[in-house]
Amino acid sequence: MTPTEIHERLKARFGEAVGPLSEPKIDPFAVVKGEAIVEVARFLRDQPGLELDFCEDLTAVDWPKRNVVEVVYHLFSYRHRHGIVLKVEADRAAPRVPSVEGVWKAANWMEREVYDLFGVEFPGHPDLRRVLLPDDWEGHPLRKDYQEAGGWHGIGNVRESPLVELRRLDEVAMAEAAKNRPPPPPPPAPAAPAPAAPAAPKA
Amino acid sequence: MQKLILRRVNAGGDEMLLNFGPQHPSTHGVINFLVDTDGEVMRKAVPDVGYLHRSIEKIGELVGYPGFMPYTDRIDYVAAMFANEGYAVAVERLLKLEVPPRAQYLRAVSCELCRIASHLVSVGTMATDIGATTPLVHALRERERINDLIEELCGARLTYNYHRIGGVAFDLPGGWKEKVLAYLDHLDGGETPSRSMLAEFDRLITYNEIYLKRLGAVAVIPREMAVGYGLVGPNLRGSGVDWDVRRDVPYGAYRDFKFDVPVGRGIAGKVGDAFDRYWVRVQEMRESARIVRQALEKIPEGEFMAKVPRRIKPEAGEALSRVESARGEMAYYVVSDGTDKAYRVRARTGSYLAMGIIEDLSPGMMIADLVALIASLDVVAPEIDR
Amino acid sequence: MASRDTMDQNMGGEVMLSHTSQLDKLINLARTNSLHYLLFGLACCGIELMQTGGPRADLDRFGAVFRASPRQSDFMIVAGTLTYKMAERCKLLYDQMSEPKYVISMGSCANCGGLFQLAYSVCKGVDKMIPVDVYVPGCPPRPEALTEGFLRLQDLVMRERWKDKRRRRPDAA
Repeated sequence: MTPTEIHERLKARFGEAVGPLSEPKIDPFAVVKGEAIVEVARFLRDQPGLELDFCEDLTAVDWPKRNVVEVVYHLFSYRHRHGIVLKVEADRAAPRVPSVEGVWKAANWMEREVYDLFGVEFPGHPDLRRVLLPDDWEGHPLRKDYQEAGGWHGIGNVRESPLVELRRLDEVAMAEAAKNRPPPPPPPAPAAPAPAAPAAPKA
Repeated sequence: MQKLILRRVNAGGDEMLLNFGPQHPSTHGVINFLVDTDGEVMRKAVPDVGYLHRSIEKIGELVGYPGFMPYTDRIDYVAAMFANEGYAVAVERLLKLEVPPRAQYLRAVSCELCRIASHLVSVGTMATDIGATTPLVHALRERERINDLIEELCGARLTYNYHRIGGVAFDLPGGWKEKVLAYLDHLDGGETPSRSMLAEFDRLITYNEIYLKRLGAVAVIPREMAVGYGLVGPNLRGSGVDWDVRRDVPYGAYRDFKFDVPVGRGIAGKVGDAFDRYWVRVQEMRESARIVRQALEKIPEGEFMAKVPRRIKPEAGEALSRVESARGEMAYYVVSDGTDKAYRVRARTGSYLAMGIIEDLSPGMMIADLVALIASLDVVAPEIDR
Repeated sequence: MASRDTMDQNMGGEVMLSHTSQLDKLINLARTNSLHYLLFGLACCGIELMQTGGPRADLDRFGAVFRASPRQSDFMIVAGTLTYKMAERCKLLYDQMSEPKYVISMGSCANCGGLFQLAYSVCKGVDKMIPVDVYVPGCPPRPEALTEGFLRLQDLVMRERWKDKRRRRPDAA
């Protein structure tokens, strides 16, 4: 079945809840209303002839311009070798999309990842907590407006240029050398800058 | 995770809570498992991942399309060719670009060599994890030879950056073909399979009675569970699902090759046990050698790089690419907004979902079998965390 | 040269050591040729670390054998990218190692963050957490490069004077 045919069957069953199929640029997709996604998912998995048993990918894309976070579902059927892409749009301020964990177990970890990196809540998820980042991390980094906090637990996130440290070490070494050297050359004053000269170009 | 620890400690009783990892030789990278045990039997093992989360997906949005290629290497460093290829295919789909046939063949050759190298690490470390330390050294010895071959092809031993958007970076070096064929003869024996390295490997471990008994009927993943949890690649095939992206949704040059897809048969116990996943990998090495032979024989002349614009700027849209990596299906989902940087890059990797199954599979298993389970799933930390 | 009295104090016993330099040499020869490393493969470099311990590069011939426990190891090869989540664990592992201890930072990521300067979750260099003795550049370094790094560490250990090492211990002060 092509994505168009799958979409037609969805449309016939759910009507308004399933949006039109996007123009086939590369991969066509259909936008589904958030509250209907679990029903749609169950229909797609169980309906004979569709049997999209493999939740290939579940991820999100942040669109600040349209003020939505899109949750994207790539579904596939091992038996019939066809698939479809669904999207659910959620409000950026407090995105909530019902969990499809009860339909495909694979969604469990992928939803956790989306929660971690995008901050999308999945009501109905059994164990929604951060998965990749530490528990006390602030913010959701894959949001487009994410600002780095500047390190974590006191570890800075910038690496100082090594030249600064090398220069400091050079100066320390030169000062040491200057301290140790004075005794041997007694009276002639103009000779003093000479030992420092070879080290100078490095600085 | 913190909350989980507190809850367990407060529950009291005589159960133990063990921290397994993140620095542990058997976890295949930095993964932590919180193991809740009652004696030797586990109540539950909860994986805690993210110790190698290197924000690669975010970097994909910050650097240009060609600039992201070296980062894909780091998504799966044991089998970096596939990560390269997946991203290249996704961007090529966005650009509607045709890859020259010679480049597709070169991709197939390099990928299959890389698959052998990756599976060698996988089966070697698996043997080490369950107590046989010798096979790893054998496997590493063989892997060094593949590393040499790939280094001659693309200049790197581990992070290849060989596939580029529109083709591959270099053509075959002179005399390389013969070297590869000689190596393949050493690997699978050519005319005399009984005198090959893989036969030696089989004698050493695969059909070793201790090995069979140790892994047979351990950590069984039934077929429905494997599909539902989104397992891919050798893990899925080990559970008896006859599915291979290379054969069933062919991409690149794979239409032109003849090869078998090994599927778990329950030789040592039940279909879908740890041994089946291991066995599928060993067989896949043989099949990969077959594919490389065919590809080298049939490789067409011509360009190895398509005409790619200097600034890669696909029109707005999105594309998904699927390749069969050594760790199963790898999918890149790339969204373009018409600029020269990707709007979103997502890598769907096999190891991440393989971790998801551990929590539900572990109740009732022995602690020692947890190691066998992790090893047989062949997870790699950066592929989990990205 | 320190007087014999102070030396006795530093050695913490009645032992009288007159030929310390020769003894240093003996001790250091023993130490350099049995440096055990902590298996700490974090990322890509971990695979090259494996290959270095493997049959071709064969780090074993220098007496370096991997240990899985920090308490049994003399030095630590930080092989790979250190993320913030891992950084505290890394410090913990270093603290568990017994003195004298050394650190080799392997690969660009461990040296300075390497490729991942743009990343939000990567610690830009392992020396932000623990002191490093030898830096091995490369992404990832070849086994030969790591072997070279190891030889440099052996030089470092060989030059050390047992007496000075003891004096540097924080609990002795």
